[in-house]
Amino acid sequence: MPSDSPSSPLIHWLGGQALTLELPPPATLHLQRGIWRLAEQLQGHADLREIIPGMNNLTLEFHPGTNPAGWPARLRRLWRQVDALAETSREVEIPVRYGGASGPDLETVARRCGLDPADVISRHAASRYTVFFMGFLPGFAYLGGMDPALAMPRRDTPRPCVPAGSVAIGGDQTAVYPAASPGGWHIIGRSDMRLFDPARQPPCPLRPGDRVRFIPMELG
Amino acid sequence: MLEITKAGPLATVQDQGRFGSRHLGVGRAGAMDGLALAVANCLAGNPPDAPGLEITLPPAGFLLHRDGMLALAGADCAATLDGMPVWPGWRTPFRAGQRLALQAPRNGMRAYLALDGGIDVPKLMESASTDLMAGFGGWQGRALRDGDRLPLGEPRLSKPRLGVWLPQPGNRIRIRPGPEYARLPAPDRERLWNHPWQLTARSNRMGYRLAGPTLRLEQPMEMPSHGALPGLIQLPPDGQPIMLMADAQATGGYPRLAMVLAADLWQLGQARLGSHLHFLLASREDEVRAEQELRRYLRRIERLCDEN
Repeated sequence: MPSDSPSSPLIHWLGGQALTLELPPPATLHLQRGIWRLAEQLQGHADLREIIPGMNNLTLEFHPGTNPAGWPARLRRLWRQVDALAETSREVEIPVRYGGASGPDLETVARRCGLDPADVISRHAASRYTVFFMGFLPGFAYLGGMDPALAMPRRDTPRPCVPAGSVAIGGDQTAVYPAASPGGWHIIGRSDMRLFDPARQPPCPLRPGDRVRFIPMELG
Repeated sequence: MLEITKAGPLATVQDQGRFGSRHLGVGRAGAMDGLALAVANCLAGNPPDAPGLEITLPPAGFLLHRDGMLALAGADCAATLDGMPVWPGWRTPFRAGQRLALQAPRNGMRAYLALDGGIDVPKLMESASTDLMAGFGGWQGRALRDGDRLPLGEPRLSKPRLGVWLPQPGNRIRIRPGPEYARLPAPDRERLWNHPWQLTARSNRMGYRLAGPTLRLEQPMEMPSHGALPGLIQLPPDGQPIMLMADAQATGGYPRLAMVLAADLWQLGQARLGSHLHFLLASREDEVRAEQELRRYLRRIERLCDEN
């Protein structure tokens, strides 16, 4: 695919029962759309136990007992033929209470970015984000497209426990923690939206390719 | 019903794991020693992937509220039923009101308890396993506590006593080189193979942190996040490998040194903190053979249990 793909993908084995297709950097939204599309095409294939899109890569785990010897060639062929996933019209809005007890790091982020807390909020809420892939925790979506002015390194020491719903900034990405977990990102707000419910179908309201907007909630 | 009178430090409901949801960030969970759970299940008259209990470093105690059959496998915890010994690898009948007690294991790390009918908890995303990271599945998404009362499935017909041979876990773990292995300088590759690796106290169901000689890639590298699986051995910047286990996160970003053979993962489930592991280089043929041997062993046990 992707006509502007500069070179062919690399294929790495992870032992004999999994492999990863990797595209040379840089990661672009265009290539990422090809990854999502390929993952979608492979969905339900009898050989495959897991299909895991990553950043610029796709990992396949095979069922025990299958012989995956033919898969590297097949993957290369599929990649050449794949069309980028058409831009999805799905847009998900996530309401957020910024700052205060909900966003204990808002002041720090503002200071380190040389902005007012109100600027951080308006810049964070102004962007349209894209879900690049899901990982780390169930329902944890890596969101690309943040205002570069808000990028900042992770905390020196991760917090042992970040509350569920925390809206946080780490590097040039932002995300919402779907469950309480340890976390090294800076927390600027909190959302009550449920991002993972194993009893629901589908369990995650977000999926790769979705467009996300954060809606600041009025305090009151 | 199975009442937990003494839960011990970490006991959870597990089956053979949750598959097909890693793209949602949902990990595998499941028994750390899946072989022991499968054997215990077969003996108890259950399918190998029925939900049972994983009991980490007992002591632990249970009160049984109906008649039935149980089987233990994995670490030998000098178990007793109302004071009478219960051997691991044996099918043992029990009566309502009896108490099962497990002591600290002499070796090994985890004991598996299967009861006929299985632990009756709902499947979430196609598995009954407890996902401790996300807090769902198993029994209320958490480790068991004293006083928990777990429902059991329908009891099966009573069967004769039966014992099977249980394989003993070793500390020689077969691995295949990973994508970034070739970026290790030759002397560091030697160190990976020739030095024992100690399992540190900072290890858990998510990952084993190993201590040994410091390994460094020829050039440090920043990698985009990619799919991660149990058995993957990563090399973080501090040069001490991390081996991902059942509760491993769905994606990761550290260089991938090697992959443990799936057929050897059960042995790691029995490795004790502070003990040493040795890595052996395996070929694709070794991997296929190891997988076949494991499946042949399980089929033999299943057949034996079906016939008796």
